[in-house]
Amino acid sequence: MTTLLVPLADAEPGNQALTISLFTAVVAVTLYITWWASRQNKTTADYYAGGRSFSGAQNGLAVAGDYMSAASFLGISGQIALYGYDGFLYSIGFLVAWLVALLLVAELLRNSGRFTMADQLAFRMKQRPVRTAAASSTIVVSIFYLLAQMVGAGSLVGLLLGVKSEGLKAGVIVLVGALMIVYVTIGGMKGTTWVQIVKAVLLMTGTVLITFLVLLKFDFNPSKLLGAAAANSGKGEAFLQPGLLYGKDLTGQIDFLSLGLALVLGTAGLPHILIRFYTVPDSRSARRSVQWAIGLIGSFYLMTLALGFGAAALLDTSKDSAVAASKGNTASVLLAEVVGGGPDSIGGAILLALIAAVAFATILAVVAGLTLASASSFAHDLYVNVIAKGKTTEKTEIRVARFAAIGIGAVAIGLAIPAQKLNIAFLVALAFAVAASANLPALLFNLFWRRFNTSGAVWSIYGGLTSAVVLVIFSPVVSGQSTSMITGADFAWFPLSNPGIVSIPLGFLLGVLGTYLGKDKTSAARYNELSVRALTGAGAEGAAKH
Amino acid sequence: MSEETGHEREARAYEAVHEARDFQELKRRYKNFVVPWTVAFMVWYLAYVACNNWARDFMSHQVVGHINVALIFGLLQFVSTFAIAAIYGRFANRKLDPLASGLNAKYKRERRR
Repeated sequence: MTTLLVPLADAEPGNQALTISLFTAVVAVTLYITWWASRQNKTTADYYAGGRSFSGAQNGLAVAGDYMSAASFLGISGQIALYGYDGFLYSIGFLVAWLVALLLVAELLRNSGRFTMADQLAFRMKQRPVRTAAASSTIVVSIFYLLAQMVGAGSLVGLLLGVKSEGLKAGVIVLVGALMIVYVTIGGMKGTTWVQIVKAVLLMTGTVLITFLVLLKFDFNPSKLLGAAAANSGKGEAFLQPGLLYGKDLTGQIDFLSLGLALVLGTAGLPHILIRFYTVPDSRSARRSVQWAIGLIGSFYLMTLALGFGAAALLDTSKDSAVAASKGNTASVLLAEVVGGGPDSIGGAILLALIAAVAFATILAVVAGLTLASASSFAHDLYVNVIAKGKTTEKTEIRVARFAAIGIGAVAIGLAIPAQKLNIAFLVALAFAVAASANLPALLFNLFWRRFNTSGAVWSIYGGLTSAVVLVIFSPVVSGQSTSMITGADFAWFPLSNPGIVSIPLGFLLGVLGTYLGKDKTSAARYNELSVRALTGAGAEGAAKH
Repeated sequence: MSEETGHEREARAYEAVHEARDFQELKRRYKNFVVPWTVAFMVWYLAYVACNNWARDFMSHQVVGHINVALIFGLLQFVSTFAIAAIYGRFANRKLDPLASGLNAKYKRERRR
C-alpha cells in the first residue's frame, strides 16, 4: 500500500538523529537475537521449525508479528484517515479469516505435516508433482508479498528519515534485504520467530500508547471522536458510512465482494503463516497460537480505528495535505507527533521517532517470515524431494535452505529497486487471492476428501495460481488507467481488480475435475492414516530434544 | 529389512486406530462442530460485505450519536470472531482432546505390538 510517498518536508535534524538511533537499536537487538538463535540450529527441525518448542502464547505473538505488516499498521489507519469507514473494511476480512485457519487448517496441518505446506499434500500423493506445484505457489505468493513490503520499505523509511533521493531509497531496500537475509540464513526459524515476537510486542505497545492518547483527547467518547473526524474530513456523515472507497457502481460492488472473498479465504493458505504452526509441540498449542493471534490481531485492528479516525479528526487530510500525498501512509506517524504534544515539542519528537521505529521493526519481521517460507519450500520440497530425490543429509539440506534464502533475498532486492516507481499496491491483495485460489483448495480437499488425488492437487494449485495471476495481468490494475502499473497501454479485458470471485471457485472446480479426469488412484489406507494423524496427532513429530 | 517391518507396523497401528469406535466418534464430533460454524461465520461475514454494497441506507442509519449501523455491524464481526474462537477452544479442550489423546496412546500401544 505504500507507494509514491512524498518525504516529510521538514524533518528536523534533531528528530532525525533520534529516529536513526532508534532504528539502529532495532537493528542491534534483532541481530543479537539472530546470533543467539544461530547457536541452536543443529537439525532441520531446528532450522525450519525452531525445534517445535515454542509455546502457544509465544507462537501466537509471532503469528501476529508475521501477519501484521506495515501495510496494515500504516496503510489501514491511513485509509481510514482518508476514506473513513471504508478504510476499516480490509481489517475485518483479515480478522475473520483466522477462523478458517483455526477451525479447518492449523491443528490438522500441525499434526500431519513437518516443515512446509507441501508436506501435508505429499503425505498421500505422488511426491514430485505435488511438491513442485506447492513450491511454485509458495514461492510466487511469497515473492509478491515480499516485493510489496520491500518497495513499501524503501518509500517508508525514506519518508520517515526525510530522505528524498531515489538512490538512498534504493539503499534502504538493499539494507532491509540484507538484514532479512542475515536473520533467515543465520537465525533460521528460531531467530525469525523471536524477531517477530519482539516486533509484535513493540507494535502492540506503540499502538496502545497512541490509541490511549487519541482517546484522551476525546474524553474516551467514541461518538465524539467520530463526530470530530467526520467534521474535519469535510465529508460529513458520509465519512462514517460505506461508499467513499468501494463499490461506486455494480462493477465496483462485485470487485469489493471479490476482495472480501480473497481476504477471508487467503490467510489460511499463506505459506509464511502455515509454516508457523510447525513451531509448536502439538496441535493443542497450535490452537492456542491461533487464539492468541486472533486476540492480538483483533485488538490491533480495533485500535487502528482510533488511529485512523483520530488522524482524520486531528490532522489536515485535505487533497493537498502531506497525509493525502502519502496516500495515508504518514497518518499514524504524524498523529503520534500531534498527540505527543505537536511538531515543536519534545514529546512529539519522541513519539514520532518511536512509531517510525515500530514501523521499521514491522517491515523487518514480515520480510524475514516471507523469505524463510520460500527458502524452506525451495530446499525441503524442490531440492530434497524433487532434485536429490531424498538422497541427501540434514546438513546439506540446511545449507541449501541458507543459500536459497540468499538467492530469494537477492531476487527480491533486484525486483524491488526497479519496481519503486510502479504502483504495485495490488500485490498484497493478489498474494491473498493466489493463496485462496491455489493453496486452500488443495489443503482442504486433501484433508477432507478421500477421493482427492495427485492430479486434483496439481490442477487446483497450478489452475488457481495461473488464473489469479493472468486475470490480474489483464485487469485495470496493470493497464488501461492512469493509476495502473503500466500507464500508456491498455490490454485490460477483465473488469475487476480482484480476481478472487473467479479464481477461487475455479481453483476448487479444477481440484474436482483433475481428481475425476486424472488416472491415478489414491490409496484408501494412506487417507485413513492421514485422517488419524491429523485428528489425533498419532505419529506427529513432537518438540526436538536438546 | 527392519525399516520395512517398522512401516508395516505403523500402517497396522494407524488402521487399528482408524477402526476404533472412539476415532469414528472423534471424527463425527469434529465435523459436527466445524461444518455448521464455518457455514455460519462465512454467511455472517458475506452478509456484512453485501450490506456494505447493497444496503447502504440501512448501514447509514444512526443508532447513538455518530455511531451508525455500519460501524456496529463491523464491530459485531470482531465480537463474533472472538466468541467463535473461544467457543471452539472450549469445545476442543473438552470434547476432542480427551478422545484424541486416548487414541494417540492406543496408536503407540499398537505400534509396539
